[in-house]
Amino acid sequence: MIVRFRVDGVDHELDVEPRRLLVDVLRDDLGLTGTTVGCGHGVCGSCTVLVDGVARRSCLALAVQADGTEVRTVQGLAPADGPLHPVQRAFHENHALQCGFCTPGFVMLLAGALEKEPEIVEDEEALTALLSSNLCRCTGYVGIRAAAHQAAQVLRERPTA
Amino acid sequence: MKPAPFAYAAPTTVAEAVDALAEDGAVVLAGGQSLVLELVYRDQRPRRVVDVNRVAGLADQREDDAGLLLGALVRHAELAGGGADPVRRLLAEVVPYVAHPPIRARGTFCGSIAWAHPAAEWNAVALALDAEVRVRSAAGHRAVAASDWFLGDRRTARRPDELVEEVLLPRLASGTAVGFAEHRRTHASFAEVAVVAVALVRDGLVQHVRLAAAGLADRPLRLSEVEEALAGVGVAEVAGRARVEVAIRLGVDTHQAALAAELAGRALDRAVAA
Repeated sequence: MIVRFRVDGVDHELDVEPRRLLVDVLRDDLGLTGTTVGCGHGVCGSCTVLVDGVARRSCLALAVQADGTEVRTVQGLAPADGPLHPVQRAFHENHALQCGFCTPGFVMLLAGALEKEPEIVEDEEALTALLSSNLCRCTGYVGIRAAAHQAAQVLRERPTA
Repeated sequence: MKPAPFAYAAPTTVAEAVDALAEDGAVVLAGGQSLVLELVYRDQRPRRVVDVNRVAGLADQREDDAGLLLGALVRHAELAGGGADPVRRLLAEVVPYVAHPPIRARGTFCGSIAWAHPAAEWNAVALALDAEVRVRSAAGHRAVAASDWFLGDRRTARRPDELVEEVLLPRLASGTAVGFAEHRRTHASFAEVAVVAVALVRDGLVQHVRLAAAGLADRPLRLSEVEEALAGVGVAEVAGRARVEVAIRLGVDTHQAALAAELAGRALDRAVAA
């Protein structure tokens, strides 16, 4: 089936089998291996991408369902030679990653949530509920929380377009 | 694992969708947060996946004289709004317990009813509210009471060619008390047990109670004997009495039963406190 969609600002037209998962098409057909596959069944969240701005498990979506959508992956957050996205910079500065495998998923989960609603970090319980969407098996959650707070601060101060 | 091959259809009308479902081996894809998982595990190997996400009108929430109608594409997160209406308030109270944000943004209320996982919160809600599941096929449509819908672990009265088009949640009298309580290991875990309480209170007495639980059996259960025992009890005593009445009937020697007794009490506490 022909699928037309935009990924990280680039338009693509691909012929994909209906049974193929979005994450596999991103990684294998488009070479966007920044998005990782952890569990492959919707539990860990490392494959999280934004589909039309909403965080989605790309292992629980068929690629054919992405027809007509705009997908953002961790590789599209910052321009190639530009500054890091506030969430990426906050992860770097707060040591919010250890092995780094879950990081693309956490970064996209937080980018999706904080770009819309940076105030969510003011409610610690709501932040816990959000972060419990994904798993970090190094259990680096303290750093990830700190990064969420810093990124939210930056995004709140950023002038809205 | 990866899904076995299947054909894919993306209809844009209900008529096209049910036509596509009329063929042998077709399954409905709405939110896909359970179906895609089962495809990946190859627990399901359909010949055709009918993706209803582009069908016009299925994302609607409508209110009519009978109550609130939730279409097949109403996502869990879209029920978080709450409000003065007791049904809306109950839905909003339950939403934070359904999976976690990315799944809630995608998975659907009707999909949960159609999947019928024994621990699913919405199934207990549907049973407590005496919901009506409205299904459609190429042959026509029918309505099934929630009490006849759930047949077992991921088994329902739905025939393979039927689409759960919408679910009716009948209106509750204004001021009806509603409450929900759940025990789960982590934010993202399935419920071990969850209890929904709906209580009609007049002059400090509970006139009528409905209690439904998920996680106690292979399908959601109404605790009918407990409901009867609680009729006429004072508001201040109803939660405590519920703990005792559930314990009398289910015992306290299993974890699930002990949870059910405590959660029935908490659900009623929350209901009458609100």
